[in-house]
Amino acid sequence: MTTLRRVLLLAFLAAAGTALVATLHHYTQDRIAYNQEAWRIEQLEQIIDPARYDNDLLLDTLTLHDPELLGAEPVTAYRAYRDGEPTAIILTAVTPRGYNGNITLFIGISIDGDITGVRVIAHQETPGLGDRAEIGKSNWIKQFDGTSLTQPTLPRWGVKKDGGDFDQITGATITARGITEAVQHALIYVEQHQDALWETP
Amino acid sequence: MQYKNIATQGLWQNNPALVQLLGLCPLLAITNTAINGLALGLATTLVLAGTNTTVSLTRRMIAPEIRLPAFVIIIACFVTALELTTHAFFYGLYLSLGIFLALITTNCAIIGRAEAFASKNACLPAFFDGVMHGIGFTIVLVLLGGMRELLGTGKILTDANLLFGERASSWSITLFSNYPDFLFALLPPGAFIALGLLLALKNWIDSKMQQRASVAKQQTTSSTTNTSSTPA
Repeated sequence: MTTLRRVLLLAFLAAAGTALVATLHHYTQDRIAYNQEAWRIEQLEQIIDPARYDNDLLLDTLTLHDPELLGAEPVTAYRAYRDGEPTAIILTAVTPRGYNGNITLFIGISIDGDITGVRVIAHQETPGLGDRAEIGKSNWIKQFDGTSLTQPTLPRWGVKKDGGDFDQITGATITARGITEAVQHALIYVEQHQDALWETP
Repeated sequence: MQYKNIATQGLWQNNPALVQLLGLCPLLAITNTAINGLALGLATTLVLAGTNTTVSLTRRMIAPEIRLPAFVIIIACFVTALELTTHAFFYGLYLSLGIFLALITTNCAIIGRAEAFASKNACLPAFFDGVMHGIGFTIVLVLLGGMRELLGTGKILTDANLLFGERASSWSITLFSNYPDFLFALLPPGAFIALGLLLALKNWIDSKMQQRASVAKQQTTSSTTNTSSTPA
């Protein structure tokens, strides 16, 4: 058996494997996209009380762009109304300050400026440590419910290690710090743009 | 006889988790509930059965010099296929297993079986070997997961619906209500200690069985000397 034959055999194996995976990818991608979308809707519905809105959140969206506060790329925000009156907005925020790349969050903020809920939508944090920010793994993310820019006040908006009011995640302080900062930034963004957010149709 | 031997090797004597101590990363990380353990165990079993069969089928084609990269390609394909399928049809499970599904690729038990058994044996025994080693691995994952879940939360079989559909969401049994969560059992150190206890238990059973076997042997030898001495 010559070297060339071995190389060809390996190349053939790699090509066959790639073909197999590509075919399967083709047949599963629609269903995977559908699952992801359904899951996102479920997350949206978790962070805003159904009594607060009667419109279709997915149809009333804005595209926001603020590299300082919401992340480098434009993000989507969902507006909630009840009887035509604005009640809350859910921002998508991407913070680059995860331990291992970007963390994408849904941050619900009521018209009064209180957090209605926060969920981690996508991340690549360390399994078993940083992923405790996910709701399925621990209740850590729920500590933001009901907070605002005045509760706690600005110098205490941080994890306990930095002298703030929020719990960190054992073994994943950087993750916790990044998310806490992103939530605070979202609150600042909404405060700065409160009128503009609701003016645009 | 050969199949019986393969089964005892995979399930007990050469158990991937308890004897070879392979695949410890997913073993320790994912076994915080019995259902997670079962899911990862079943996924590993499927991959092992598939890769063992494929490696055995291609064993005459693949020269020894290129066997390792070839095994890696085969294993990676099976794992990716499994990951895509889980992503599409068991989304909740996919979220709960996360990266560990993809990490099955790096489970040394799989390439170990390909190298030690499948590449030297016919297709059917290789398939059987994969299934048995997979089941041996699964049993340990479920035991560990169950132990940690019970100690950690006082409940067992939570999230069964991720694997068995909605009708299974009522399977969860609360053994101690008002149980204060014992976080230590759920964190990685608890996994190491629980695995250590399981290892100790297995070794204890092995030594008991050995003792009994040697006692039985002594008895048979003494009884034969007795019978031989009776005529006198």
